[in-house]
Amino acid sequence: MRKCKVENIYTLLGEISKNAKLYIPVDQVNGAKFTEYAEGLTLSNALKTERSIKDFFFPQTENLVDFKVSGKIIEIIDNRSEMEDFVIFGARACDVRSMEILDRVFLSEPVDTYYANRRAHGIIISMACNRPAETCFCSTFGIDASKPAGDIVCYKGENEYVFEGVTEKGKNLLEKLNAVTENGGEDTAKIVQTEIKTILDKLPLKDVKADKFGKDKTDKFFNAPEWKTLSEACLGCGTCTFVCPTCQCYDIKDFNTNSGVKRFRCWDSCMYSDFTRMSAGQPRPTQLERFRQRFMHKLVYYPTNNDGIFGCVGCGRCLSRCPISMNIVKVMKKLGEGDNE
Amino acid sequence: MNNVKEPLIPSIGVITDVRIDTPDVKTFRVVTPEGKKAFLHKPGQCAMLSIPGVGEAMFSITSSPTNTEFMEFSIKKCGCVTEWLHQAEVGQQVTIRGPYGNGFPVEEKFKGKDLLFIAGGIGLAPLRSVINYVRANRADYGKVDIVYGSRSKDDLVDYNEIISEWMTDDGINVHLTIDREQEGWTGHVGFVPAYVKELNFTTDKTAILCGPPIMIKFTLQGLLEMGFEKTQIYTTMELRMKCGIGKCGRCNIGDKYVCKDGPVFRMDELEELPDEY
Repeated sequence: MRKCKVENIYTLLGEISKNAKLYIPVDQVNGAKFTEYAEGLTLSNALKTERSIKDFFFPQTENLVDFKVSGKIIEIIDNRSEMEDFVIFGARACDVRSMEILDRVFLSEPVDTYYANRRAHGIIISMACNRPAETCFCSTFGIDASKPAGDIVCYKGENEYVFEGVTEKGKNLLEKLNAVTENGGEDTAKIVQTEIKTILDKLPLKDVKADKFGKDKTDKFFNAPEWKTLSEACLGCGTCTFVCPTCQCYDIKDFNTNSGVKRFRCWDSCMYSDFTRMSAGQPRPTQLERFRQRFMHKLVYYPTNNDGIFGCVGCGRCLSRCPISMNIVKVMKKLGEGDNE
Repeated sequence: MNNVKEPLIPSIGVITDVRIDTPDVKTFRVVTPEGKKAFLHKPGQCAMLSIPGVGEAMFSITSSPTNTEFMEFSIKKCGCVTEWLHQAEVGQQVTIRGPYGNGFPVEEKFKGKDLLFIAGGIGLAPLRSVINYVRANRADYGKVDIVYGSRSKDDLVDYNEIISEWMTDDGINVHLTIDREQEGWTGHVGFVPAYVKELNFTTDKTAILCGPPIMIKFTLQGLLEMGFEKTQIYTTMELRMKCGIGKCGRCNIGDKYVCKDGPVFRMDELEELPDEY
């Protein structure tokens, strides 16, 4: 392990930013946001950024390809430029797990080259969660907030930051920081982890269990009567899908500009009626079906296709953002207690 | 030609022929700018066609894989992209990517079997690919029956090909029907599901269905009453799609993605999925 004094963290960040674009969590008007590092910026003390690190690898909108149309003739223009290396500092355990979930979608054959390119160029420095919050339930999905995954894991102790290189690219980056770090920090990391575990044990959602869900439970839950009451108040606003670090549904749309057609990929939401509507009909006619789709996908369909891994990371963003205070925890509790055998 | 490395970036296709099939169905012939077939495919597979600035949509490839010169798409006018295509002329370029989906198991499951094709309206489009594949490999398959119905005689897709080619082939029986009596029509009148029961097929056939949901529902019911097993019946599905590679989430039913795991499903497999299609 390597460590640096708390007061030297900005020297270290400055060092990283010499070789790659660096993003750190910074307090903004609407909460903490990953912001490109510049001297003078202060690290946020917030537990979570408002948006997850998904945005870096699967941005809300991106230009896929351009077209020039002249009469009956079409020209296809792949205008992608060379991707630069970038580093994300301070990703939380939940967000880091979400990348594993997205990887299984976008990196499975046929590989999404846009996503793969960003993954190849991005380095994630995760940060153990010093103060997990009452909306946190990552432990439900087997995530340890005191020991996140990532290319490099960082622990913030009282007097020092401790770094542990995990992956090949993480270790390489850490080595480049030898001038601003020194050996040690194991004790600090242990203390931090113990403190975090003490808080985790007291969290109100620590007993939320997912074990009734998972692989091959479609028949058990699809026709559960609880969906009706659960979905009744859903506005279909899609906020939960937009703040979700694992939601991956997208739309492809063309825009006519003065100089040609730009084809974009944009996030979409299974909560919207338009998502599945086609001229032949609407397979999900009411909000009940759309609501059910979102949770069935995270709790049953995704695990069925991905070795039992759930499509939720317990980050709690949807808990704090849903305008009607509906969320996956309520869904799991309600469906879990119902007798659907 | 198949753009495996960049699944979302299409290539150019050129419309070289437009055939008016019915008042709202046209069949488009598409090749690459070099005049070649855009990519290889299996019967029942689909392709994404787009007109930049208008949109992209998934269509079944209606021509047979045994056609090595071009691909054909029979397209019903029913939305932005299809309406635009319907006013397109020969020489118009489009974009094309694919092939997508599993296709019909013509080699694995259909070989050596008597085949019963049942189609309604534009539902003939994906089956035409299989029918012509079977015709091109005639020795590998048993007797072929085709039951095809539409609202009127004018709404029968590929009518000329049916009359001049399919009906004249040995070992192929074509049974056409239209919904209501029409002047000049001497054939059968009535809905497809009822006609299928009337024809009283032996239950040793493999049935392949495509058509409007209501037709599928009643035909399936009829076939089961006649003694067919669900494992003998195949159909192909249609859901909204954007990516074609099982990632955009639109065509998700249960743990399956229609664009990737379908669009062809055997009835017993389909019944295992949640009823949301």
